[in-house]
Amino acid sequence: MRVATQVRTLFRYRLLIQSLVGRELKARYRGSILGFFWSFVNPLLQLLTYGLVFGVILPRGKDPQMEPYLLFFFCGILPWTWFNSSLLEASGVLIAGGSLIKKVMFPAEVLPVVTVLTNLAHFLLGLPILILCLILYGRLAPSALLLPLPILVQLILTVGLALIISALTVHFRDLQNILGHLVHLWFFASPVLYYYGARTGKARLLLRLNPMSHLLVSYQQMLFEGYFDHWRGLFATLVVAALAFALGAFLFDRLRDTLAEEV
Amino acid sequence: MTTPAVVARDVAKVYRRFMHRNQFKTLKSALLTGSVIRDLTPDQTFTALDGVSFEVPKGTTFGVIGENGSGKSTMLKLLAGITKPTRGDLRVDGRVSALIELGAGFHPEISGRENVAINGIMLGLSRREVQERFADIVAFAEMERFIDAPVKTYSSGMYARLGFAVAIHVDPDVLLIDEVLAVGDEAFTRKCLDKIGEFRRRGKTILLVTHSLGLAEKMCDEVLWLRQGKIADEGDPKRVIDAYLTYVAGGEETLLAREHGLSAGASAEEAAPARAPGDPALAGGYREGRWGSREIEITSVRLLDDRGHERHVYVPGESLTISLAVTARAPVDDFVFGVGVFNADGVAVYGTNTHIEEFKPGLVEGTGEVALVLEDLRLVEGTYLLDVAAHRRDGTPYDYHRGLYTFRMKSRIKDVGVYRPPHHWSFSGGISLTVPEVRPELDLHETEGEIGQTDGNGDGDGNENGNGGVSTS
Repeated sequence: MRVATQVRTLFRYRLLIQSLVGRELKARYRGSILGFFWSFVNPLLQLLTYGLVFGVILPRGKDPQMEPYLLFFFCGILPWTWFNSSLLEASGVLIAGGSLIKKVMFPAEVLPVVTVLTNLAHFLLGLPILILCLILYGRLAPSALLLPLPILVQLILTVGLALIISALTVHFRDLQNILGHLVHLWFFASPVLYYYGARTGKARLLLRLNPMSHLLVSYQQMLFEGYFDHWRGLFATLVVAALAFALGAFLFDRLRDTLAEEV
Repeated sequence: MTTPAVVARDVAKVYRRFMHRNQFKTLKSALLTGSVIRDLTPDQTFTALDGVSFEVPKGTTFGVIGENGSGKSTMLKLLAGITKPTRGDLRVDGRVSALIELGAGFHPEISGRENVAINGIMLGLSRREVQERFADIVAFAEMERFIDAPVKTYSSGMYARLGFAVAIHVDPDVLLIDEVLAVGDEAFTRKCLDKIGEFRRRGKTILLVTHSLGLAEKMCDEVLWLRQGKIADEGDPKRVIDAYLTYVAGGEETLLAREHGLSAGASAEEAAPARAPGDPALAGGYREGRWGSREIEITSVRLLDDRGHERHVYVPGESLTISLAVTARAPVDDFVFGVGVFNADGVAVYGTNTHIEEFKPGLVEGTGEVALVLEDLRLVEGTYLLDVAAHRRDGTPYDYHRGLYTFRMKSRIKDVGVYRPPHHWSFSGGISLTVPEVRPELDLHETEGEIGQTDGNGDGDGNENGNGGVSTS
């Protein structure tokens, strides 16, 4: 029930969400010289950093599954960045928007959702560069048309987690500090830098329990490998994402009344 | 007019307070000491509103007054839907716009134009409506030249103006205003008030939370007075505001009454052995004290209002009775009773005694009471000190109390001086002024001020002669 109401609320405020996302996108690069181009330049610079580290500083044994490595890495880091920044920004978003919550009748859940959607927009802006790279390598396959599926699942998962984190941070400010490390750990526990299929034993189990693994594998298969057969993993992740959303909606609803007083 | 715009039924709001606030701020300590559960249960609650019920009929302007911390702002937040009542039922019919913080949610980096659009949507407008009203909003805020500059470059006045303009153009059915009219310059405040006036004429409902009693009295059809989260009074603005003023004065009353008792007691002790008999007239500086031979003793002094209640705060136009309880150990036939009124600077405002007013002394025997009735206090706001005395006709004091008693004048008109003559203004020719709609307390207690045109002198004379009513027994 709560989930249904939550979804309805968010739908009702879609115009507000839409304009706030637009505002965030505009405001983020306001005053910088490259402006909007940062959305394209950011992932490229990230790619360059990791390319330098793992291509030159820490040379690895060549795994044919991951060649060309930078392209493989690009397929994973782009959705990961969306996930990563959404959670980190969500932790501070209610505190930053305190004046809104306290002074205007404002549906607080809009704020974490806007954060996730703004980062989705950055992700989508980076996608054409990735596609372009794939075309250059002659890798683009029809499986890329399935992309909306993992994106949707990731959206549900991220919104759920963002709701939980944003509401809890209001009460436990230290979450903001811990979170950076947790997300960093999560990054290494997800197959962005390495190939999911190559892990065995405990590492394999850990990866299977990590919902982000299945999403990343989906992206990598659809884009990098040119086929998709990870249906079960993706479906299981959808279930987990739905649960996370339900928990987020529930928790946010429970804490909503205290938000205006605690922020 | 049939259904009320706002209905509150037994509304209560309880805030929780946590004793271990600081420890609880960190998750680590909560986890380490295992006090999570204990810290999550509130140690203390604070009841901001307690069982408040009222209705606001559609199309009326409803004021909420009260001291700081009386729950006014909480009420407004509940009405705006920012927080929810802990108990009770609250219904608001129609679109609500709250002028609680102007320009809340403006993003500093983007232009005024974009902020207006988003702020409008935030306040519940559709994109179409924002577009339609945009020109009006900008014109109202007088921001045509700056609307495309980022909001961070705005002055605070510009910021507030734009915020007000958006909020007011949401065209709500119910407008909530919380003391926000203090922003902006004179002209803009004027404009805001005009706009609110226009709202009233168009039959919209307005809820006004304010400390400005003048504004409340001028604008509101009905006023609600909150005291410590409860309704103290509700109804006709003038009546409620008067009751509120009396209550506020009451706080000072207790203070003055305490001072009164204390200083009288203390000095009586300290000055028990008769001190140098000072001339009742101003000899040296004005210092409080008590002296005299006590052949006639003033045992108590009470300040009474026209209903015979002891009071220490008065408004102009009221009557003040200074009542002295007097005891003579042996019969005395040479005596004068006198009273002097001094302002806080020690300036003699008025003084009289039975000798000056040519009463012939008879006899004082046993106990008795002397009362001087000041029928129509025409004093400006401030604290006043009283001298009361019994002495011989040659001035030798029996019992002289100097400055031991205080009373306070309270007035909404802050005129200055020591005396307020009955007065009125008149203008003719090419002079135009707006007459204040409410002439505070001039029309409460001293209608002569406005009506009496020629009896100003007569009134003054009457005042001087009329208060010679001293009776002995």
